[in-house]
Amino acid sequence: MATTQLTAPVNHAAAQRMKNIRTRSSTVLGIIFLIIMLFPIYWMINASLQPSGNTLSASFLPLNPSFAGYEKAIADQGKNLVTSLVISLGTVVVTLAIAAPAAYALAQFKFRWISWALLAILIAQMIPGVVIANALYAAYNDLGLLNTYTGLILADATSAIPFAILIMRAFMMSIPPSIIEAARVDGAGQVRAFVSIALPIAKNAIITAALFAFLFSWSDFLFALTLTTTDEIRPVTLGIYQYLGTQVSNWSAVMATAVLSSLPAIVLLVIAQKYIAAGATGGAVK
Amino acid sequence: MTSQSLQTAGETKIRFAGPAKSQPRRPRVRFDRETTTKVLFVVPAGLFMVLYFGYPVVKNLTMSFQDFTTKTFFTGEAPWIGVQNYVTVISSNLFGPAMLNTALFTIGSILGQFVIGMALAVFFNKKFPLSGFLRAMLLLPWLLPLIVASATWRSILDQDSGILNQFLGTFGIPAVPWLTSPSVALIAVIIVNIWIGIPFNVTLLYGGLQDIPAELYEAGALDGATGWKSFWHITWPNMRPVVSVVLVLGVVYTIKVLDIILGLTNGGPANATQTIAVRSYQESFVNFQFGVGAAFSNILILISLVFAIIYLRANRRAVDE
Repeated sequence: MATTQLTAPVNHAAAQRMKNIRTRSSTVLGIIFLIIMLFPIYWMINASLQPSGNTLSASFLPLNPSFAGYEKAIADQGKNLVTSLVISLGTVVVTLAIAAPAAYALAQFKFRWISWALLAILIAQMIPGVVIANALYAAYNDLGLLNTYTGLILADATSAIPFAILIMRAFMMSIPPSIIEAARVDGAGQVRAFVSIALPIAKNAIITAALFAFLFSWSDFLFALTLTTTDEIRPVTLGIYQYLGTQVSNWSAVMATAVLSSLPAIVLLVIAQKYIAAGATGGAVK
Repeated sequence: MTSQSLQTAGETKIRFAGPAKSQPRRPRVRFDRETTTKVLFVVPAGLFMVLYFGYPVVKNLTMSFQDFTTKTFFTGEAPWIGVQNYVTVISSNLFGPAMLNTALFTIGSILGQFVIGMALAVFFNKKFPLSGFLRAMLLLPWLLPLIVASATWRSILDQDSGILNQFLGTFGIPAVPWLTSPSVALIAVIIVNIWIGIPFNVTLLYGGLQDIPAELYEAGALDGATGWKSFWHITWPNMRPVVSVVLVLGVVYTIKVLDIILGLTNGGPANATQTIAVRSYQESFVNFQFGVGAAFSNILILISLVFAIIYLRANRRAVDE
C-alpha cells in the first residue's frame, strides 16, 4: 500500500492497473465466498426439481427438471402455506398497531421511566421462546386459544414487537421535536401529530419493522409446534417438520415445500434489500 | 415538503382547536388529559409485554414448584411440591450431558460464526465492485425459516446419498454418518448453526468496521502497519466494544436454539444432541411434565440472565466509547 503510493506519481498507469486487478480479484473472491455460503440454498432448489423418490441421488444440475415434487408439495402443503400467510400478515398488523405508538412515545415523550422500559424490551428479546410456549400452552388451554389464528398471531408477535419498537424508536428519535411542537402549537392533538407527522416521516422504519414481523412470523416453528394440537390450523413450518418425521419418504416434495417456504425471504431480500439491511443492524445493538 | 403540508394542516385545524386551547382557567385538567393521552400510546405495548413476557416468566417460576402435568388440565389441581422438580432435573441422567452439550454447542457455534464472520466482514470492508450486493445476499441463510435450513441440511448431510459425503468420497474419505452417529451428530448440528449465524455476525462486525476512521489506517500505513499488523494494532482494539456485544448476543441467542436441533436430530441419536432447551421442550410437550419442563426453562433463563447483564454492561461501554 505504502510503496504503491510512493511510486504512484512516477508510474501512475501501472499503479492504476494494479489497483483494478486487485479490486477485480476481490469481486471474484467475494462471488466465490457467496457461492459457498449459498450452496445449500442452491442444493435445496436443485433437489426440489429432481424426479420424486426416496433417494437423494441428484445430479448436480437439474437438466431434466421434474415438477412432481411441487405438485405433491402444493397438494399436501398448499393449505398450510395459506395458513402461514394469514398468520404472518396478522402478526404484521398486530405488531405495527402495538409497536408504532409505543415507539413514538418512547422517542418523543419525556417519561421518567423510559430507560427502564428500554431495559425491559432488551431483556424481553432474550427470553427463550420455550419459556413463553410453556406458560402459554396452559393459559391458552384455559382460554380456548389453542388451535386458533388469534392465539398464534399473538404468540408470534412476541418475536416481532420488541424488535419493532426498538427499530422504529431509533428512527423516530431523529424527528426534530420542533416539528411536532409546531403542529401542537397549531392545535394538532397528540394522536394527530403522531398519525400525520411521525408516521409518514418514519415510513422506512415502519416498512422494515413490517418486513421483519412478517419474516419472524413466517419462520415461526416453536409456537406452531406447541400451540396447535390438531391439523386444522397448521403453519407450513410444522408441515415440513412432519414431512421430516423419522424417515423421509419423498425428498423432492420436502425440498419443494422448503423452496416455497423460502420464497418470502428470497423475494423480500431481492426487492427490499435496503429495508432488510437496515433491520439487520438496527434492532440488535442499540 | 413534509413540514409545509404539515403547517397547512395545522392552520385548518386551529379554528376548531383554538377556543378550547385558550381556556386559561383549568390548566390542571388539561395537563391530566394530556398525560392520559400520552400514556395511552404505551398502554397496548405495556399490556402485551406484561401478558406475553412478564406472565410467562412468572408462570414458569410457579410451575417449576408444582406437580403440573396433563392431569392438571382436567382437575385444575397442581399441588405444590417444593423443589422436587429441580431435584428431578438435576438427578436425571440427562442433565449432565445436556449441560455439556449446551456448552459445547454454544461455544462451538459462536467460535465458528465469529471467526468466519470477522474474516468476511474484514474482506467486505474494502470497497470493490458488487461488494454491497454480495454482502446483502449473504444475509439469505439468516432470513430463511430455521426449519427450512434443517430440512435442507438433512438432505445434504444424509449418510448414503447426501452431497457432502459424495463430495468427500471423491477424495477417498469414507461416508460419515453425520446425523446418525452419536459421536459426530453434535458437530454436524454445530456446523449447521454456524452457517445460519454467519450473516448476523458479518452484519454487526461490518457495521463496527465502518465506524473505524480511515485516518487511523492511513496513519498506521505510514508507520508500516499493513495487513495482519494493522488488524491486530488498529482493527481489533477499536472493535473490542462491538465484539463483546456480538459475542454476548451470540451466547444469548444460541443457548435457546431449538428449531435447528429438533429439525436435524430431535435431540438424538442416543441423546447426543440434547441441550437444556431441548430437554425443556421435551419434558413439557412430549412427556407432559410441565413442572419439570419449567424447571429446565428456568435454568435456561438463569444462564441468559447472567449474559444479559454482561451484555448490558458491554453495550453501555460500546455506547460510551
